[in-house]
Amino acid sequence: MINISKNAVEDLFSSLSSFNSCRGYFLNPDTAFTKSLIESLLINDDRYGYQACPCRLASGERSLDLDIICPCDYRDSDVAEFGACYCGLYVSRQLAQTGEPIKPIPERRPTKQDRLKSSNKKEIAMSEESNSIKYPIWRCEVCGYLCARDEAPDTCPICGVSRDRFAKVNIVTVAAK
Amino acid sequence: MSYQSQIKNVPGKKVKKIMLYTLSTCIWCRKTKALLSELNLEYDFLDMDLLSEEDQEEAYTEMESYNPHLSFPTIVINRGEQVIKGFEEEMIRHLGHKND
Repeated sequence: MINISKNAVEDLFSSLSSFNSCRGYFLNPDTAFTKSLIESLLINDDRYGYQACPCRLASGERSLDLDIICPCDYRDSDVAEFGACYCGLYVSRQLAQTGEPIKPIPERRPTKQDRLKSSNKKEIAMSEESNSIKYPIWRCEVCGYLCARDEAPDTCPICGVSRDRFAKVNIVTVAAK
Repeated sequence: MSYQSQIKNVPGKKVKKIMLYTLSTCIWCRKTKALLSELNLEYDFLDMDLLSEEDQEEAYTEMESYNPHLSFPTIVINRGEQVIKGFEEEMIRHLGHKND
């Protein structure tokens, strides 16, 4: 078993708290629960080299697990729909304030087969009149932040994830109806 | 099958055969185990993240037949008679009831 020091848990807890508080993201107000999740994130970091979601089985290959590295691609949708993310580390503003208990959240991550099918198929439809685009558009798969420039940013300025969490958006032209 | 030797048993009242597919890191899996222990129900569990790659694949195939989303915890009652996905507290408490 991997042993994580109490200090390491406290350090990550305080850096996550301060990072998220001014960005509209909220950690679960149940501190014991949250620290237990943070400990599991550190175990996964040690095991796989990245902080895979503690409530999902990681493959051990970063490129296959990008969508479940915390914060995962599904966090914002789950917080919006259920008030908490899949593992319960992040909650909505309302739940952070009221401390209401969170309920189990259904798995939003597609099955492995579906993930393989749908990879790299992101499209934004544009009308014919505006079909010229100077820069490629990059979308942060975690928070949806879009930017138009040659390369995705090193770190998402909104949610703080790394460059490899960005997907290039394909522009397709559709005829106006 | 090789992973089966890694299944751990927690003793308690034998009402139904309860098998949990879990992750050692998952807080909802821990809550499920704690609740079953609180209810004093016997159960078996398999921490999938602690298995070797080979065993994991084998156990995953088995788990997939009960829950294609492979979410944790997956609670299999009487070898598939009922499958509970996630820490559904009410449903888990109900497992303690003998006649239903």
